[in-house]
Amino acid sequence: MRRALQVVPALWSVLAALVVSVILLALAGAPPFRALGLVLDGAVGDGGRMADTLMSWVPLTLAAAGLVVTFVAGLWNIGVEGQVIAGAIGATWAARTIPGEGFVVIPAALAAGVAAGALWALAAGVLKTRGGVNEIFGGLGLGFVAQSLATYLIIGPWKRAGIASTSGTEPFREEVWLPTVGGTRLSPVAVILALAAIAVVWALLRGTRFGLRLKAVGANPASARLLGVPTEATILRAFALGGGMAGLAGAVLATGIQHKLVPAIAGGRGFLAILVVLLAAYRIVWVAPIALFFAILSVGSAQLQLRLDLDSSIGGVLQGILVLFVILIGGWQALHRRDAEEP
Amino acid sequence: MEATIASIVAAAAPLVFAAVGETITEKAGVVNLSLDGSIALSAMAAFAVAFLTGSVVLGFAVGALLSALVAVLVAFSGIRLRLNQVAVGFVLTLFLAALAQFLGNPFVRQPGPSVRPMAVPVLSDLPFVGKILFDQNVSVYASLVLIVVVAWVFRRTRIGLELASVGERPEAAHARGISVSRYRFGAAAVGGALVGIAGAAFSLDVKLGWSDTQVMGFGWIALAIVIFGGWRPIWVALGCYLFGALQVLALKLQPVFPGVAQILPSLPFPLMIFTLVVVNSDRLQRLGERFPFLGRLLVSDAPAALGTNFEI
Repeated sequence: MRRALQVVPALWSVLAALVVSVILLALAGAPPFRALGLVLDGAVGDGGRMADTLMSWVPLTLAAAGLVVTFVAGLWNIGVEGQVIAGAIGATWAARTIPGEGFVVIPAALAAGVAAGALWALAAGVLKTRGGVNEIFGGLGLGFVAQSLATYLIIGPWKRAGIASTSGTEPFREEVWLPTVGGTRLSPVAVILALAAIAVVWALLRGTRFGLRLKAVGANPASARLLGVPTEATILRAFALGGGMAGLAGAVLATGIQHKLVPAIAGGRGFLAILVVLLAAYRIVWVAPIALFFAILSVGSAQLQLRLDLDSSIGGVLQGILVLFVILIGGWQALHRRDAEEP
Repeated sequence: MEATIASIVAAAAPLVFAAVGETITEKAGVVNLSLDGSIALSAMAAFAVAFLTGSVVLGFAVGALLSALVAVLVAFSGIRLRLNQVAVGFVLTLFLAALAQFLGNPFVRQPGPSVRPMAVPVLSDLPFVGKILFDQNVSVYASLVLIVVVAWVFRRTRIGLELASVGERPEAAHARGISVSRYRFGAAAVGGALVGIAGAAFSLDVKLGWSDTQVMGFGWIALAIVIFGGWRPIWVALGCYLFGALQVLALKLQPVFPGVAQILPSLPFPLMIFTLVVVNSDRLQRLGERFPFLGRLLVSDAPAALGTNFEI
């Protein structure tokens, strides 16, 4: 898997993904190159759109940075989607209950998001280390629980005065919104948080004992234990850290983008972050650019719906096919290398 | 009461196809995580084909074929390319769901053909069971027959035993002259075809028509139910009916407790986690050793070689 992002398969895959999407667009009766142009224009065409793309990049990058930590430890943290939701729930709770000025409540809401996401991930971690429940299924299960919890809160205890609808809670007080600049939706705080997350994970994996332990556990948990690495503690810390970053992503979504809790608050961003990390072959330096590329596709695809009456899912198709081709072509080349080596 | 149970049996049919199909695949040691995307793609394609040709049967066939191909691709990436099946399956899940949404756009919420009800003469007049089991349609009958056949194959036939041996101890199976790869590809294809039939059953029988939101999440639920049922076809099917019952209950509770009704459909997941924790607990394992009958009833582990790539 680490080989997945060698340059050649990556180039082939980009090309193949492009060809497939052109065919798909043609099938749907749309002029393919105009459509791709619209995607770009929709994502980076003017300042406001760039701001939207960046604000879509932030949660994706936060969740992906956290996933690098868990993936390096050999953990398939599919529960990340639920951790994003949990973070949004935590932030919403803080934004609703803590009184006072924004500079008090906003940090509290972000911290509550981190705590909730970390807690949700720790649950998957404890289920794995103590309960013998594979983290894929434990995490997935907890994800659905988080989703139901959010829906329940929205139409139950946190419902808008008078009406119980799934359109979301009452918007937060404006002081609690992440401050924005230049009349756009861009929040510098959010961007700084995402960059900080990248830096933290980079430094962690690069030069700390914990980073080494993560890699040891990821490479071979049994021998790591024999060599004296506290396996369980390392796994739980990886979950807490990864979940905390996913929770922060959820908190940014709630306080910086939606300004309330909605049922689809995560909207598949956690799952998309897994694709980002797979494409990055678990390397943190690649996370930011790939997440940006994905954010451009996601935000830009909305234009296709508006301008060409195409389904906006084309962005998801492109992202999916790209990652699929990178993985499959990488595997194919490795196979041929092996065949060539074996006499 | 009869009518309620009959509607549960009917509504759970697609889930039975998917969960029993995935049970077959996983029994051989292949984990096809792509279910959620496969079901969406097959549901869309089956409806589109039936819509365009007027043939429901052709719709089911195309649905089955597509998901079988997807499952074989997952198996191929594991067996030949030695890639992580979970990674490939997960990427396929997202990709195929988006693809189904994109390609299915023209067919969203169109009225189209569907499976017709067909009561079995005489048997459907039986008291109680007649309404539940014999006053349904072919898709539902097939789901019932499937449960019995798959349970029988695993318990009583050589193919079933060999397939399970490939999933438990591929080295031992290989040493006995069983072709591990052939069984794994076969189990992936058959299980995948059933997953595709599940998708077709959604759009041509249970939900009628195509829209990307209506099948979302069912693949994950099927995967959870396979674990909940301990990789045993009959228990897996019971899990599907339990889920169907929860959904009906949620529908009935909706006007009274709107909050609770929202939570019930996600109950299979906590149940699955709970089951896994209980089954894995030392106390239950000891109990199972002391009382073999109880052990067989309660304790059932995953196939030992699940998701691993066997190399000769």
